[in-house]
Parts: sequence; C-alpha cells; structure tokens
Amino acid sequence: MRNIWAIAWKETKTYFASPMAYIVGAVFVGITGFFFVDAISVPFPVASVRGFLDRAVLLVMPVWAPIITMRLLAEEQKLGTLELLMTAPVRDYEIVLGKFLATLFIFLGTLLLTLWFVLLLFFFGDPDPLPLLVAYLGFILYGAAALAVGLLASSLSPNQIVAAAVGFGVLLLLTFMQQAADQVKGAASTILGEVALTGHMDDFLRGILSTKDVGYYVSLVALFLFLTVRLVESRRWR
Amino acid sequence: MPAMIEADNLTKYYGSLLGIQGLSFQMERGEVLGFLGPNGAGKTTAMRILTGFMPPTSGSARIAGYDVNTQSLEARRHIGYLPETVPLYTEMTVTDYLTYMGTLRGMASKQMAHRIAEVIGVCHLEEYRLTYISKLSKGFRQRVGIAQAILHEPDVLILDEPTIGIDPIQVVETRQLIKGLGGNHTVILSSHILPEVSMVCDRVLIIHEGRVVAIDTPANLSAHLRSTQRIEAEVRGPSAEVMPLLRELNGVQDVRRQGDGLVATYVIEARPGADLREPIATLVVQRGWGLLRLQSVEMSLEEIFLRLTTSEEQ
Repeated sequence: MRNIWAIAWKETKTYFASPMAYIVGAVFVGITGFFFVDAISVPFPVASVRGFLDRAVLLVMPVWAPIITMRLLAEEQKLGTLELLMTAPVRDYEIVLGKFLATLFIFLGTLLLTLWFVLLLFFFGDPDPLPLLVAYLGFILYGAAALAVGLLASSLSPNQIVAAAVGFGVLLLLTFMQQAADQVKGAASTILGEVALTGHMDDFLRGILSTKDVGYYVSLVALFLFLTVRLVESRRWR
Repeated sequence: MPAMIEADNLTKYYGSLLGIQGLSFQMERGEVLGFLGPNGAGKTTAMRILTGFMPPTSGSARIAGYDVNTQSLEARRHIGYLPETVPLYTEMTVTDYLTYMGTLRGMASKQMAHRIAEVIGVCHLEEYRLTYISKLSKGFRQRVGIAQAILHEPDVLILDEPTIGIDPIQVVETRQLIKGLGGNHTVILSSHILPEVSMVCDRVLIIHEGRVVAIDTPANLSAHLRSTQRIEAEVRGPSAEVMPLLRELNGVQDVRRQGDGLVATYVIEARPGADLREPIATLVVQRGWGLLRLQSVEMSLEEIFLRLTTSEEQ
C-alpha cells in the first residue's frame, strides 16, 4: 500500500510540476466551457451539467485521457527506470495501481476546475443537486475507464506517441460502437450497445444511478488494469 | 554462514539466442566479484537474472538465502542495483529521487533524511542536492545511480559497468568508492576493462559468449596462466621440419608459427615447470638450423583475458 501511494504521489507531483499540466488543464476547461455556454445559450436553458458533460464524453475524453496516460509506463520503459522499479521490492500491480491512482488524481484535479460552471448554475438558476452529483459520478467513472485504457496503451511500448495513438484508437472504437449499435438490429445491437463506452453514460447524465452502469465502468477499469499488470509482468518473460 | 549469493547453473536463452549458459558461483559476505568479458558476453544478462528483473530459462539463484525467482520480493529487498544505462527520473531533484527510491526500497521515513545526507556525502554530491537530475553531467548521474544503489544499505550490490562513460578522475574515485563498499556489502560489478577488475575485485569471473571461461582471484588467474610457460624462438630453417620436431619435444603443449619464409618466430607453449629453452637450443643446433632468438615470455593479464576469451575460435 505504501508503495502504491509513493508511486501515485510521485507521478501526481511530477505532472503538476510540468507546464503540460496547465496547458492540458486550460484546454480541458476551455473546451468544456465552450460546451457549457453552448448548452445554456438556448431559448429555454436547463440548469444541468448534462449539456457539457455529454459532449465532453464524446469529444474531449478520448483525446484527453491518452494524453494524460501516455507518459506513465512508456517513459519508464524508455528511460530504463522500469528496470529499477521492477528490481525494487515493489510488486508489479503496485506499479500499475500507483500510476492509475495518479491519473485519477490528475483527472479529479482538472475536473475541479469545471465546478466553476456548477457554481454559475447555482448562482443564476436553481438546479437539482442530486442529478448533478450523479452526472459527475458517472463522468468520473467513465473517465476512470478511459484512463485505464490509456494506461494499458502506455504499457505496450516505450514510445509515447504509440501509447497515445493506441489509447485514442481504442477509446474511439469503444465510443463509436454506440453509433454502430444504432445501425444494426436485434441481439447485435444490444451487445454492441452494452459494450460501448458511451451508452452507459446516458442514465448517469439524466441523473439515474443504476448498478448496471456503475458495474460496467468498474469492471472495465478492473479489466484494463488487470491486462496492464499482465503486460508489465510480461516484460520479465520477453 | 550461508553464502550471500549462490548461482546454480543459470542459463538464459532469448528465443534461440544464448544469453548465458551454466553460470554457477558462490559469494560470501563482503566479497567483491568482477564479471569480466567483452561487450555482449552475457554480463548484463547474468545481472538481470540475479536482480530478479528476468527469470533464467533454467537454473536457480539465491540472494541472502532467498530464491530470486520464487521469493523474488524478499530477494529484491537485499539488493541494490545500478543498471548499465543508469536510469534516473530526470525531472526530479537528487534528494527527491533518492527519497523516492528509498521509500520504494522500504526505508522508514525517519532514518531516510539522515541516510540520504550520508550517501550524498559518500558520493560527493553535496552541491547538487537540490539540482534537477536533468542538469547533471554523466559522471554525476553515475554517482546518483550509485547513491540510490547503496542508499538502503543492501547486503548485495550489483553494479553494471559502474565506471563507463565518466572521466578518468571520477573513475579512480568511483573505484575507490566501490572498493570501500566491499566488507559491508557483497558486490558484483561488471566491466570490460581488465585492470579495473583486477584492482577492485577479490575474484574475477570471466564470461565469453555466454559461457564462464574462468573464475578465480586475479592473482591466481595470472599465476595459473603464467605457469604455462611460453617461449618464443626465432629460427632460420624449413618450417615444415621445424614445427613437428618442436612439437615432439617433451613438455611442449602447442606450437604456433608467426611469419613465413625461412626465418620465422615459433611460439611454444610448455607445461609448467619444464624449462624448455635448453632442449630447444640443442635441437636447433643439432639440426644445423640458425637460432636467432630464444626468449621466455610472460603473459600480461590482458593477454590472459584475450587468450581465455578467444581460445574457442582458434
């Protein structure tokens, strides 16, 4: 446990000590801010976060998540520091969990900035706080899944660009599976819809908390982290 | 007392490519062992197996009594390792980096500050405590690498080419540092520089193309090999006749000819003890050839190394 925290803390610190954190953070707030303004600039605006989170899911996270994660394991491989980590008394899963926790901290830190929009909603309107919370919870769960995908991609090669591209590709695929589900009928449509990353967000954004959707994201995180641990482990056998 | 390091028949293949074969040795506490061999001989492979970075294809190794494969975590607690590439987090300061590595090595935070100050002193890094590693030169990075390896006072230290790429003055300092570490730590270092190994190490293990060629103290190694006498004789005479007759002499193990034509130098390897200079002189004179030079030659350690590592091709 101590190792996980040590790694998570180190990665979080490193991230926020670099200018990239502020550029990426600014871009995140800028784009979601645009979506936010766009969503409330209609004749009868609704005081909810659904408008901007909806599009953040589709358009921001598939790019943003791999950018955050691409460095984490790829750079360790490139610098050779992974050899040092793997010969220290640290378990492989501790490395992966530590890194994942760091990405969660970074994600939550960035997400804090969007609370400004929520403040505005409360100032100018009268939003229902519970659905708002549920929507944020959903977005955090979705983000965690996207970051786990990104982390897996980062473990594949020492090249950060490869990591980012693979992460982006997989997330895009999982996102567009929803569109594919709408095109076909019957069982195929159901399966595609259930596997797709975005479909499970709809209920959250409406303010409905369902175990099915929570379970989906949690198991997706678990699956991708498990695969990442396996891939890190496989370095020993190659 | 059990051995600090035990390697038993370690073998590693990368696919069909041989990494190392049949590596066996034992080390007591406080010993310094040098892995010596040309580049690509398998030194790094051996070290990576011992540090638990990768498992051997077959064979086993124990560090402080723990199997590196099945009790990897326990074994790793006793190891300080400096990989050849000196991997460092360049975006951290020296102190931050050492703190991080110390934490991962399971050091208690109370003793950490004190111990970090200590290793920074030992490695002469005082002025660079708060410097970002990215700003440090190669030599200082090497010192940071050594500092992280000794930080947690491991029983076993494994240093892969610790003096490569640093300036001569630092090389001397680093060697002294490593020499000073023996006694408390059991140290394995690798090198392809022979004088370095013979200077720093109690024992030398010579690896060539994945195979152990020799393991002994530097003194024994040269004594053993020097005891096979080598004589050079420059003889004027038909080599077709000279070669076989020299070979027939009692005590001769091998004869090689250098140079062509009527006058050639014959390098004669003889069994220890027998001084063959007289019989050779007698033979040459009896046959009526010309004896131009006769000399007993001592082999330097460099030659021994070269001989050991090239013998297979000959």
